[in-house]
Amino acid sequence: MAEQTSDHENGAFERAVRAAADSGITKPTISESSSTNQESSKTRLSNKKAPDSPDLLSMYRRMVLCRTLDERIWMLNRQGKAAIMASSQGHEAGQIGSVEALQKGYDQFYIYYRDLAVLLELGLTPTEIIKGFVAKEGEPLSGARQFPTHGAHPEYGIINLSNVVATHIPQGVGAALSAKMKGENRVVIIYFGDGASSAGDCHEAMNFAAIHKLPVIFFCENNKYAISVPLKNQMAVGSVASRAEGYGMPGIEVDGCDIIAVYEATFEAAQRARSGQGPSLIEAQVERYLPHTSDDDDSIYRSQEEIEEAKKRDPLKMLKDLLYSSEVLDEEQEELINKDARQIVNEATEEAEDAPYPETDDFFKHVVGDSSV
Amino acid sequence: MTIKTVLEAVHDAMQEEMRRDETVFVMGEDIGARGGVFLATEGFLQEFGENRVIDTPLAESSIAGVALGAAMHGMRPIAEIEFGDFIWPTINQIVGEAAKVRYGTKGKLNAPMVLRAPHGGGVRGALYHSQSVEAFFAHTPGLKVVTPSTPYDAKGLLKSAIRDDDPVIFLEHKRTYRLVRGEVPDDEYTLPIGKADLKREGSDVTIITYGLMLHHCLEAAETVEMDDIDVEVLDLRTVRPLDTDAILATTRKTGKVLIVHEDNKALGIGAEVSAIISENAFEYLDGPVARLAGPEIPAMPFAPPLEDMYMIDSEKIANSIRQLAEY
Repeated sequence: MAEQTSDHENGAFERAVRAAADSGITKPTISESSSTNQESSKTRLSNKKAPDSPDLLSMYRRMVLCRTLDERIWMLNRQGKAAIMASSQGHEAGQIGSVEALQKGYDQFYIYYRDLAVLLELGLTPTEIIKGFVAKEGEPLSGARQFPTHGAHPEYGIINLSNVVATHIPQGVGAALSAKMKGENRVVIIYFGDGASSAGDCHEAMNFAAIHKLPVIFFCENNKYAISVPLKNQMAVGSVASRAEGYGMPGIEVDGCDIIAVYEATFEAAQRARSGQGPSLIEAQVERYLPHTSDDDDSIYRSQEEIEEAKKRDPLKMLKDLLYSSEVLDEEQEELINKDARQIVNEATEEAEDAPYPETDDFFKHVVGDSSV
Repeated sequence: MTIKTVLEAVHDAMQEEMRRDETVFVMGEDIGARGGVFLATEGFLQEFGENRVIDTPLAESSIAGVALGAAMHGMRPIAEIEFGDFIWPTINQIVGEAAKVRYGTKGKLNAPMVLRAPHGGGVRGALYHSQSVEAFFAHTPGLKVVTPSTPYDAKGLLKSAIRDDDPVIFLEHKRTYRLVRGEVPDDEYTLPIGKADLKREGSDVTIITYGLMLHHCLEAAETVEMDDIDVEVLDLRTVRPLDTDAILATTRKTGKVLIVHEDNKALGIGAEVSAIISENAFEYLDGPVARLAGPEIPAMPFAPPLEDMYMIDSEKIANSIRQLAEY
């Protein structure tokens, strides 16, 4: 933690700005044959900047909102109102920092079940998200057919088809293959955990993406536990990123609690992808502060001391400390941000809880398409 | 009309669709320079280039998974699994994922992909080059499973499968590839998925079948003409969705139904066809719904007498017809 803070103070932030400035960020162009998102994406690309102080403050505000929402959903579970919850607490910097480096509404985000902050960043509202957890009408990803956060939102580029770990990794590679075949400049980022990195699909997907130099960012959120199985029983090597060499792509280890470091790494990987240099594997070292899901009891396999130790590098606290030290944030403003978040989440909770359950009229719809041959 | 083999029909269907629609592409093992182990994609690499003819690593789960991802993003992949026996690693991506894309996103996404595989036995292929795999996929809502038997059907149905907006498992019986020839129209045509085809009209006994077995059934139907048994033969062509109307119509007509398939009997396609008949046309039956199907052993053995014991032929079918006719 001490090292981390000093890293910020010693100029990681300045490096982020410089990296963005040096990276020819206005160069990527969208191919003529791309989708209807072309115009808006082009605008976003050319206007994209590295996070400066106001952006960092904005990211802090979004991180607080995500944490507040996450805590609320956990509480809803404990109240018997939300059936299941996989908390993102400890993962927020990895998620927000990576999305920030990409093109919302154009790039594709193959997420997994612990990516609450990615959903918020891409445009889902807290109300829509809570509706997923309480399975109410208006849930946008699957119409409350699936577990919370699962389904798809094509306009936002969100795909989270399945609860089966790692199946989405080759699918994301297929999305990148499609982008390449159509001559688009789209990047596909695939989020997954350390457990998923053991699956055969992960290996097959990385190999395929590297062979064809596909525009993919493999983004491993390594929180050191797959439910209860610790890293030492998951892999014999020290890091997931070290495997990248075996596929012929760069592997980058990054502190996933350091939002700027994540931004930098993701930005660079996106540049590589867009310029035809192929995939990258980023391993973001994050923390999991709560059990695997609301159905898990981590006290069986994890000591309280270990969790307390992990909380010393809470991404929320790390960003807050940076903002305080650079005098962008003070106590008054912090309280205001917290209050705003609570209000947003309170209103969202109320609206989601008041919403009806879905009607059963369309129970049989969308098994196969009516328009099929 | 031109006389073609099933293999040529499959080749031509893909070639025509790739010429017609640039979102169609093929991927699989050895399909590039080699043109496929059965030559179903012969000449494709030269005509369409390596961007649309992708020789994949030897990794079936990613063949299916990458195809699925591309299908959800505007492409129409045709993924080839070299042999049906190697299809099992795709179950996770096909049964677990592709079949649920539409339902699990409430129609926001769909997966217009074809997973092709040569399957079936009688080719001295032993345990791992002979398996029938249709029942495993046919159980799954969200998938379509096509099992053609003739060049005409193979071409028309494969073209429909490629144009279909949902995942289609297209199973070509490898023994039919070069053995079965037939007329194929020179002009463009497609055939509807989910429609059975009456391959022979008759009045005494109906045989319901698909794939290679169709040809043995037609032979057996001719054989029993000398016993004065008039046999009707219904070719299912698609095993999901089943053509319930056609199954019931022929049942009502003859009152006696024999179901024939190479796949083993228990919980196979015949079990479902039989249940559909019992549930909907029981009062029309003049005898029990009979099934002649593969034996309950794990897979087809190698040595010729062992393989012959597994395979159903026209003689075995003719005997079953006679038994049912006498009932």
